Amino acid sequence: MSEKPKKMAIIVHSGTLDKLYPVFMLSSTGGAMDAEVHLFFTFWGLNALKKGGLESAKLPGVMSLGTGMMKDRIKKVNVPSLPELLKMCRSTGNVKIYACSTTMAIMDVKKEDLIPEVDDIVGAATFLDIAMDADVQLFI
Amino acid sequence: MANIRIDVELDCKGMFCPMPIVQLKKATKTMKPMQVLRLTATDPGSVRDVPAWASKTGNKILESSEDSGVFTFLIEVS
Repeated sequence: MSEKPKKMAIIVHSGTLDKLYPVFMLSSTGGAMDAEVHLFFTFWGLNALKKGGLESAKLPGVMSLGTGMMKDRIKKVNVPSLPELLKMCRSTGNVKIYACSTTMAIMDVKKEDLIPEVDDIVGAATFLDIAMDADVQLFI
Repeated sequence: MANIRIDVELDCKGMFCPMPIVQLKKATKTMKPMQVLRLTATDPGSVRDVPAWASKTGNKILESSEDSGVFTFLIEVS
């Protein structure tokens, strides 16, 4: 590595397919570019961390009817599924996944409801501590 | 190009972002310094993505070329 690792901090607020794709594409690529990537899942984003959540993510609103078609197209052009992208993120060893504790309380989600890839359950201060000196900060 | 010894071949033809970059990282992880990887890809995004990856990870692009939609990069691992 040529310099101090770059840091990415992303708030994942949306749980729909169209928003989760950029999250996992940027994260897997960031991890592969030796960046430290921190993903903070809150509100609808938390659904993606529930067991089976990534598999069942749909397009937003009325477009949800077209989810199957979109997934077929994604498969046809050889783009990985969301669970496959998550695996790639983890295989870089650089992508950390956090669940928002308050969202878990509001939506009555227990730790055992979450996928094992979740590194920690945290609050806003943890995210801000990471984000304040991050090179890339995004809200998706 | 003929004089450069290729240690690892990585075929990413038919793959789109972020696959070639993720595969590239995976392949270079197990390589030794100064070894050379040849990446072939068809994603037009790779023209800029691969040099961007190299600049951030400290690896060196020795050569890059394009032949009828196939992009080839020779990358020396640092």
